[in-house]
Amino acid sequence: MRFKLFLLSTIVFAGSAAAQLPGVSIRVPSGFTVANVAKDFGRVRHIAINTNGDVYMKLEKLNQGKGIYRLRDTNKDGVMDDTLAFGNYIGTGIALKHGYLYASSNSEVFRYKLDAQQDILHPDQPETIVTGLVDKRQHASKSIALDNAGNIYVNIGAPSNACQEQDRKQGSMGMNPCPILETAGGIWQFRADRLNQTYKEGVRYATGLRNCVGLDWNNEVNELFITVHGRDMLHQFYPEIYNQKRGAELPSETMYMVKKGDDCGWPYVHWDHFQNKKILNPEYGGDGKKTGAEKALSPLVGFPGHMAPNALLFYTGNQFPEKYRNGAFIAFHGSWNRAPENQEGFYVVFIPMKDGKPTGKWEVFADGFSGVEKVTNLSAVKHRPCGLAQGPDGSIYVSDDNKGYVWKINYNQ
Amino acid sequence: MKKWMVLCLILVSAMGMMVSSQAGNTQMKTTMARGKLVYDRYCLTCHQADGGGVPRMNPPITNTEYVLGNKQRLIGIVLNGLNIPLEINGEEYENPMASHAFLKDGQIADVLTYIRNSFGNKASAVTVAEVKSARAKNK
Repeated sequence: MRFKLFLLSTIVFAGSAAAQLPGVSIRVPSGFTVANVAKDFGRVRHIAINTNGDVYMKLEKLNQGKGIYRLRDTNKDGVMDDTLAFGNYIGTGIALKHGYLYASSNSEVFRYKLDAQQDILHPDQPETIVTGLVDKRQHASKSIALDNAGNIYVNIGAPSNACQEQDRKQGSMGMNPCPILETAGGIWQFRADRLNQTYKEGVRYATGLRNCVGLDWNNEVNELFITVHGRDMLHQFYPEIYNQKRGAELPSETMYMVKKGDDCGWPYVHWDHFQNKKILNPEYGGDGKKTGAEKALSPLVGFPGHMAPNALLFYTGNQFPEKYRNGAFIAFHGSWNRAPENQEGFYVVFIPMKDGKPTGKWEVFADGFSGVEKVTNLSAVKHRPCGLAQGPDGSIYVSDDNKGYVWKINYNQ
Repeated sequence: MKKWMVLCLILVSAMGMMVSSQAGNTQMKTTMARGKLVYDRYCLTCHQADGGGVPRMNPPITNTEYVLGNKQRLIGIVLNGLNIPLEINGEEYENPMASHAFLKDGQIADVLTYIRNSFGNKASAVTVAEVKSARAKNK
């Protein structure tokens, strides 16, 4: 019986992997075009584009034993014709800065030196920058961003939903103070050029953050911005406070600008974009109305719940129309815990910004990644936006960690 | 005469079997309906309406040994939750499942019978006695 089942599962798996997916059509505003630059690489999380147009992809599942892929268009005909695979670890974070490629596993950060030809000097011998970070599987992605002063910022997500005594158990109360915040649930700052740093050498730059998969340095105001995944299970655990609809919309997914020492309130509160308040979580005695964490920051934007903002990119190029300059693109991975309501997200949004503040409402910029009209089951979803990067020509790139696609979006007037 | 008696016996026993299998069908239908209620309330969010789960996060409960195989192990997952690295059909899933020991024996039997016979799954029912004995051994 076991053997038969194994056979069956293998056949089904191979079948779906081998089957040619009908292409999805990505919808973008008038004047923009979308081109596919990579497909079938598997779980492609974040991406980075070098000054010469090389595309770096960080994989969360090894593909042929490798966790980083570099695609290069050697003859500049618009087609990626050269592939370099290296790195024997899975992870999410990848970034380029001052002649180095930085990449993270779920517990470490590495860097690779690039030469004048933009080739990696020792693909199999990276330097370890940071080591020993918390990895308890849940919220383990170590997204990274670099500033202009030689620092690297690392998301250390909380391995928990709401810091309950028993994680995700209905009725279990929240711990106060939450011990998780000592080593996770925040952004840590390290030096970008120092080897083998641990928590001891790092600085807890911002705390009270459940999981920031999106982070980017905003060069216009020279500050760190982040997008945060809000907590799950308000309706499932507290149906008397949050009905099915309310639980699907709340809590808000959020975007903050954080400075050294900031606290954003997790696990004690969640942001409610209907009331525009920090609402006390029920695990800490909340009733849907009581506020809390008075000293915590309020977000710059509160998005509908559970859409999973997995990447943040400030647009600094000249190719797109003026309204996009210094604005933020956010890739929403798409929700899963709005069920039995339809799922939401699976698109890239744009928020116009000036001096680090939103100047208008957010709008959907690129849509259609899921490949289905309405998402009722995640198994039906074709692609999930996960990473964003800007090319040297001012185009932007979007990655997908469901099937391993990358698209390039251009503006052609 | 003997032939008639044999024929009658066959007829009677066949009718009896039909009646008892009908009774079995009705009972199975009731169990499945009760199981669906438990599933929708406590399981659907993570494992989804089609049992397909969520990539990287929550495992599918279709076409897997963990659901179709050993019932004691399956009951144990409901009672104790699960938070260890686990590869299912070549993929890993990171979200922990909390203990659902607060469910009554009957609810666990219903919901497990339901998932073992939904979403394309086909396997034997889980009985209240099996849940009771697993819970006793679990303590």
